[in-house]
Amino acid sequence: MRLTAVGRAALQAGLTPGLTLADARARAPALHAVERDRAAEARLLGRIVAGCARYTPAVAAEPPDGLVLDATGCLEPWGDATALADDLLDRLAAGGVAARAGHGGTPQAARARARFGDAPDLRDLPVAALEAAPDVTTALRRAGLRTVGDLARRPRALLAARFGDLALRLARLLEEEDPRITPARTAPPVAASRRFAEPIGRVEDAFAVLRDLVAEAAVTLAERQQGGRLFAARLFRSDGHVAALRVATGRPTRDPALVMRLFDERLAALADPLDPGFGFDAVRLDVARAEPLAPAQEGLDAPADDREALGDLLDRLATRLGPARIRRLGPGDSHIPECAEEVLPAGTAPAWQPAGEGEPPLRPLRLLHPPEPVEAVLFETPDGPPARFRWAGIDFRVVHEEGPERIAAEWWRRRDRGGQPRDYFRVEDEAGRRFWLFRRGQAAWFLHGLFA
Amino acid sequence: MPESARLVHSSCHATSGGASLRVGLGADALDRALNGGLARGRLHELWPAHPSDLGAATGFALMLARLAAGPTGTIVYLAEARGAHRAGALHGPGLVEIGVDPARLVLVEAPDARELLRVAADVVRSPAVAAAVLAPARPTPLLDLTAGRRLTLFAERSGATALLLAAADPAQPSAAATRWRVAAAPSVPLDAGAPGHPAFLAELVRQRGGPPAPPARLEWRRDLARFTDLSQPVAAVAGGGRVARA
Repeated sequence: MRLTAVGRAALQAGLTPGLTLADARARAPALHAVERDRAAEARLLGRIVAGCARYTPAVAAEPPDGLVLDATGCLEPWGDATALADDLLDRLAAGGVAARAGHGGTPQAARARARFGDAPDLRDLPVAALEAAPDVTTALRRAGLRTVGDLARRPRALLAARFGDLALRLARLLEEEDPRITPARTAPPVAASRRFAEPIGRVEDAFAVLRDLVAEAAVTLAERQQGGRLFAARLFRSDGHVAALRVATGRPTRDPALVMRLFDERLAALADPLDPGFGFDAVRLDVARAEPLAPAQEGLDAPADDREALGDLLDRLATRLGPARIRRLGPGDSHIPECAEEVLPAGTAPAWQPAGEGEPPLRPLRLLHPPEPVEAVLFETPDGPPARFRWAGIDFRVVHEEGPERIAAEWWRRRDRGGQPRDYFRVEDEAGRRFWLFRRGQAAWFLHGLFA
Repeated sequence: MPESARLVHSSCHATSGGASLRVGLGADALDRALNGGLARGRLHELWPAHPSDLGAATGFALMLARLAAGPTGTIVYLAEARGAHRAGALHGPGLVEIGVDPARLVLVEAPDARELLRVAADVVRSPAVAAAVLAPARPTPLLDLTAGRRLTLFAERSGATALLLAAADPAQPSAAATRWRVAAAPSVPLDAGAPGHPAFLAELVRQRGGPPAPPARLEWRRDLARFTDLSQPVAAVAGGGRVARA
């Protein structure tokens, strides 16, 4: 076992990463060693990446212990990259995370400055800053090439021939070639954010700011003739916690009042109320998905208005109860009763065949799923209808019946090619209650549905 | 196109005058007792006479919703989640067969009675909803006079018809415009003794500003989207399922 990371005190005691645990204990008997928890490291890094959304939407984690921010176009509130980095380091330090920052024209340049010393001239960095394979780095050192500058003076073609991707690494480090980072979160089509000099302690005030941001985003959306389908609000707490609220709409919209109603609804539906802690110091709104939406027209006809009103209602209900609780039934592609319908999202418009003219209902209004066994069934002939049965502790005497309607199991869909057919009966008792019963095998009876 | 044919039928028996604030059920005696029919934009309450009549009561509520909503209006069926299992859930093909196109029916599930009431207010208030069936799983003290008045107020403003399908006799005062006790009734059997079209024994227990009515035996005619009165022998013979099926 070896040390992978050491604290400040351990460093002063002369311990370094890479030392075996036995050696380390010999040098510092009071050493407190814990096993490395990669999952916890990844979680911490993930939290930091999420928190860095306050600076720029393009943030990427560089596991296990780094992250890179593409601050292109995002420096205006800070002045320059150093100020931004200082703010980030302050926040990390407040959270107990020791970190170093560097910036440059490419992710590799920034990374090298953060990890190998903040040299004003990238050419002064050691060759290790190229982070090539260890044997390559060793080979370069043996050849007397100490710094990146030494290497840069050599013909590139030779480097490529001898060391493969080293020439590419060099070009990226020296800001000659600028690859894009792959951000943890792709930049949203439309976004707006606000930072506060002093944290604000009330959720209501944060929501008032959010209202402004929504209005701001609505203007941008209107310019682009777009409407949002997915809105994400993030409230950044000064202690680094990020509260994220997202609402989705069934149709593209840019109506600030509507979006705010949904956010209010989402806030009200939270299981744990939003805790402002020591206050929020930034609020950000992302329109995570936008779709074309023509400019509003005057004199919309009533049906369109109604459809819109229904869309609004469905959005509100979905925000409050969750989209899974708002549904429509669509026809299923099967004659098995349980599969003859399909649960669809409420925004869909399924097409059902109308019922046959003059026929009484042949399928129940309420389907019991799973079917309930019924007891004390009396029947006169082996494949005949039931004359009596008991369900839920009540005896029913059948006076009218129709059947059997045989519904075969879909053996071609079953792996065991089995399944017993069911013989269904529509029955009515003395009082007029209509039931849908089926028999499976010789004498197993089940109630599968209730007719109106 | 069957939909337009239904439109003609339903507009025929909607009472004339105004924007048809009342919709006739199709059974004359009952429509007279109701002063023209079921009031739209109001709260109505109904419950099964016996737990095993739940299928009948559900059907009756949806049929009233179908009448109040007209041939195309959106119907919302708002049920409490916990009650769904014992008596089953609405079945699409069965809905088609009572003349309620599932495509116009939005199913909403509320986790408990409190949430059901909150959501019900939103639903009934919406101008996009023509009729709403509200189905709590069990009697709840939350559905008191105040809650009923609120729902009535919202229904009046939006024009949506709210139908409260209680699980059992609520046994408490209510702000509903009408209150119904619904039981299944023997149907007019078809050939070879097969069960016929849905039939109900519907008793208007109470109505605001009017007398109650004795139980009426009604048959639902899906193809006409209306009820017929089976208590009157003539109507039963003329409109019985036997003729239609032959």
